[in-house]
Amino acid sequence: MNLFFAARSFLLVEILKGMWLTLKYFFFVPRVTINYPHEKGPLSPRFRGEHALRRYANGEERCIACKLCEAVCPAQAITIEAEPREDGSRRTTRYDIDMTKCIYCGLCQEACPVDAIVEGPNFEYATETREELYYDKAKLLENGDKWEAQIAANLVKEAPYR
Amino acid sequence: MPKLKINDTEIEVAQGTSILQAAEMLGYEIPRFCYHDKLSVPANCRMCLVEVKGAPKPVASCAMAAGENMEVFTGTEMVHKARKGVMEFLLINHPLDCPICDQGGECDLQDQAVGYGYDRSRYYESKRAVKDKELGPLVKTVMTRCIQCTRCVRFADEIAGTPDLGLLNRGEDAEIGTLVEKMIGSELSGNLVDVCPVGALTNKPYAFKARSWELRKTETIDVHDAVGSNIRVDARGGEVMRVLPRLHEEINEEWTNDRSRYAIDGLKKGRLDTPYVRNAKTGKLEKASWEKALETIAVKIAQTDKNKIAALAGDLCDVESVVALKDILDNLGTPHRDCRIDGAHFDASTRSGYIFNTGIANIEQADCILLVGTNPRVEATLVNARIRKTWLEKRLPVGLIGEPADLTYKHTYIGVGPDSLQALASGQHSFAEKIKNAKNPVMIVGMGVFQRADGLALHAQLHDFAEKMGFVKDGWNGFNILHTEAGRVGALDVGFTPATNGMDFAHIVEGTENGKVDVLFLLNADFARALGDNAFVIYQGHHGDSSAAHADVILPGAAYTEKEATYVNMEGRAQIAKRAVYAPGEAREDWKILRALSTALGKPLPYDDLGTLRQRIAKEFPHIASPDVRVVAPWKQFGQAGAVKMEPFHNAVRNFYKTNVITKASAVMTACVEKFLSKNDERKAA
Repeated sequence: MNLFFAARSFLLVEILKGMWLTLKYFFFVPRVTINYPHEKGPLSPRFRGEHALRRYANGEERCIACKLCEAVCPAQAITIEAEPREDGSRRTTRYDIDMTKCIYCGLCQEACPVDAIVEGPNFEYATETREELYYDKAKLLENGDKWEAQIAANLVKEAPYR
Repeated sequence: MPKLKINDTEIEVAQGTSILQAAEMLGYEIPRFCYHDKLSVPANCRMCLVEVKGAPKPVASCAMAAGENMEVFTGTEMVHKARKGVMEFLLINHPLDCPICDQGGECDLQDQAVGYGYDRSRYYESKRAVKDKELGPLVKTVMTRCIQCTRCVRFADEIAGTPDLGLLNRGEDAEIGTLVEKMIGSELSGNLVDVCPVGALTNKPYAFKARSWELRKTETIDVHDAVGSNIRVDARGGEVMRVLPRLHEEINEEWTNDRSRYAIDGLKKGRLDTPYVRNAKTGKLEKASWEKALETIAVKIAQTDKNKIAALAGDLCDVESVVALKDILDNLGTPHRDCRIDGAHFDASTRSGYIFNTGIANIEQADCILLVGTNPRVEATLVNARIRKTWLEKRLPVGLIGEPADLTYKHTYIGVGPDSLQALASGQHSFAEKIKNAKNPVMIVGMGVFQRADGLALHAQLHDFAEKMGFVKDGWNGFNILHTEAGRVGALDVGFTPATNGMDFAHIVEGTENGKVDVLFLLNADFARALGDNAFVIYQGHHGDSSAAHADVILPGAAYTEKEATYVNMEGRAQIAKRAVYAPGEAREDWKILRALSTALGKPLPYDDLGTLRQRIAKEFPHIASPDVRVVAPWKQFGQAGAVKMEPFHNAVRNFYKTNVITKASAVMTACVEKFLSKNDERKAA
């Protein structure tokens, strides 16, 4: 037995085995990595990425300042202030999300009665400073405008399960 | 005394008790919308249905009196099914716009729908919509949300005494309205928001500003009149968002007046948030540090003859700061001080001569009321509500001497001035009979009676009148002074009135002109009379009003929502206000400022915290040491004999919406003046 082990050690059998596996993947197995950022992996319609505030088709912002997202947020990342708008409707004057606090649980979009706040498909919003991650209402609405097509498509896909 | 069984528990209740009340005594909660403890029972929402053994149908428990040997069940399958049916009907026409409704989170309908609602609707037709009503700047309406419980109609009819609201039309067209377009001009209109179980009537200035769950609730005391209503201040961050009444059966019951509820926006405007010192060269007020401000005062006082230093305590002073100021004055050795900054002359040496002896709750025992020189509807709205409640119950005779007024109840108008008092005393007026025949007659004297030169003589005359007419007898004291300022009784109780050889308010103000007063300390004292230019004026307070503009040094103090302080209401009941938010900027609690000032003056006051200060107050004035106890004062002689002029009485408060610095700074109160007081109304000018 000892001889067997000695031979295996001296003949570098295990190394050769490993090298063989590498060679096999090199020549015969299709590639498993992707060339990020030029290529991207698939995303579920349920993916919870960067937040966005949506608008209705006529341009009216959806958010009605009910503050349910603020109440439900476990990280207390959302801050809302509201008052009657000139036309008497209920709107926010301030809608801030501290993205450094956010834990991406998605409870805000669950709570929203008008599908205004959503976590969109975008995950590429790394910044150089923390300050850039304190999102205000303008930034969130801009996100909404940018991603609306995909967000709307995702919501339609998810509708049967909600 | 019927004995009945509720859910197999036996209980014996008084005759006339409803099943709902009996169940509540046993701790069984019964859902309801239209039933309200303080209002009549219409039984129109049908939510309180219960099962009674032997009855063919579910029974509305709020309207069914408990009967002998009844067997009631509040939680059976049948009860649940009946209530679910009622809820489904209520929700048919309810818009379900909870996310944009201000009542969301504290809504009776929302809460009870959790227990009795279905999560799917079976109603596919269109819902009805109702046009909103314009009720003025205080109450916002969204009438589509209304479930026709008629609580607001009954409140306006019964408590407020302004029967403007009604349920118009029938069936699906039924809606709450004012018939003719009209605003609710009651001083209690804010309570409509509280009685409304849904979001049909909401607080207009507070619209959309906050959610009930974000608010920090502080139970405290109101200072906008001398009633001492118990209130709850809801704050978010450093901002007071709204004020709600708190139940106190002996004072305000469940209500509060519009001033205490809606003047809070005045707490954010015109505030003094840093000390100021007047620059001797430019003559302008400049921002200064606390050290600089206190030092300036110390230097000035050191140079001044101690007999030329005077102090006035104003309307919103708490007891602690008044005592601290009094101690400073005593250390300086000056007798010139007064708290009656409306110029009232009355004898402050006898407590029964200046408090509301009967007690607000005991008005209900009265069987005849005489109002002298007062309009309680604007001077103390909740006292007026109590009188109205008693009047509704017994239709007791009410007499009025002074300015004619709409008091919300029927009354006999006797005359304008002191001659009417004499007519009553001599029995010339027929109302004298009614007073004499009454078992518990009550006399309520307004502050306006004393705001004239012959106030002291009138005080003595009223004393004799009260004794002669039987207002005061064994076991009953019906002599009452109706104060209008929250800080007044407390300041009188601790003796903040001229000491021996001291000058009173009028003389102090004159002294600033003729050189008898060189240094004047104003503690929250804002008044209409102009001060002389020669005196050095120190103003300590929270609003930059007329007095602050005239001051040489300004010390920024805290408003009533920003300090823990004791206030004594008109019936002599000490109550403690709690801090809801912090004072803005450099402003500090008033007693602390005075404590710091005493150090600057070289004689530190012997208390470093509120506890020690309160112990010091309790030692000298034990009757204000125990909070929420009405300490009765023994009946004694007061006033000073003298000639009384036969001039008519004038009321102390003319404009309900503008009484103190907070209401003056309030934009909501200004809007009320514009809307509710007509252009020609003389109250508006005052």
